[in-house]
Amino acid sequence: MRRISEKGKFLILKKAFLCAFPYTIPIFAGFWFLGMTYGIYMNVSGFSFWYPLLMSMTVFAGSVEFVAVSMLLGSFNPIQALVMTVMINARHLFYGISMLDRFRGVGRKKIYLIFGMCDETFSINYTAKIPEDVDKGWFMFFVTLLNHIYWVSGAALGGIFGSFIQFDTEGLEFVMTAMFVVIFLEQWLKEKSHTSSLAGLGISLLCLVIFGSENFIIPAMLMILAALTLLRPCLEERKGEEKQ
Amino acid sequence: MTLTQQIVTIAMVVLGTLLTRFLPFLVFPPGKETPGYVRYLGKVLPAAVFGMLVVYSLKDVSVLTGNHGIPQLLAVLLVIALHKWKRQMLLSIAGGTVFYMILVQVVF
Repeated sequence: MRRISEKGKFLILKKAFLCAFPYTIPIFAGFWFLGMTYGIYMNVSGFSFWYPLLMSMTVFAGSVEFVAVSMLLGSFNPIQALVMTVMINARHLFYGISMLDRFRGVGRKKIYLIFGMCDETFSINYTAKIPEDVDKGWFMFFVTLLNHIYWVSGAALGGIFGSFIQFDTEGLEFVMTAMFVVIFLEQWLKEKSHTSSLAGLGISLLCLVIFGSENFIIPAMLMILAALTLLRPCLEERKGEEKQ
Repeated sequence: MTLTQQIVTIAMVVLGTLLTRFLPFLVFPPGKETPGYVRYLGKVLPAAVFGMLVVYSLKDVSVLTGNHGIPQLLAVLLVIALHKWKRQMLLSIAGGTVFYMILVQVVF
């Protein structure tokens, strides 16, 4: 156990925050836009702003929150709500498996890091090059917290102002696509074998064409899992060449 | 739906989300040796997942109707070009997004 003075702790937090913040700027743009869209959608569906505020805070998973609006407008069916949520969010299972090692030894923050692991937070926390002298636990904590704040404030604002907000921001939603392309590219530039990247891209695309945008994620996940399992003998050998 | 039913429905959505996020950590706790296969997946999955997320973020683009996904394609190409050139995350993202907004608001 290390004993750290109050001032020392403050400096560690400040450093981690300043390092984390720039990574979250694109997510701020994307989450305010999407969060407001979600809040407005709830507002025009007849819900007070408390709904988007509390739901964005407790669920913190964009796509399922949009679906939850139609669940709330439909007839009461809690089991269906649970099953649908698990299906839509199944991709988080992959994030957890990828973060098993990285979340080790970060203390009690781990609970919050797992709770707040949406697509964007996972992508940043997995790929960011955290400098040696920055506490990685606090870095990931601030990425998660800032993204959470952006999402909740966006949803609440959308819920409060509803249809009064004028949209001259057409196309802003592309910021999320651009971010995922950059993250894919970062991974691409640092990996030796592109097999997994290409498998993920190709299989998802194939499943999108076959199963359509509503249903492609689960088949894509299963096929990616199958492909990576079959390729294990050659991929694991390649991995050995990289210094880990 | 009554307020109670709404609260139960939202609680189910929260529970389902928590389940998908916490399950791997509950099944493979730090105290226990994680099986080699799962450690292997942890290493190779992210690359595939990032590919999947790119497709996921473009899933609602319709290639057959409207703009045929041309603005998205052009903007993605610009993001790639900017990133290969400067490798500055914010520049690539902002450049691609502004370009896309101009395309859909002014050009198309």
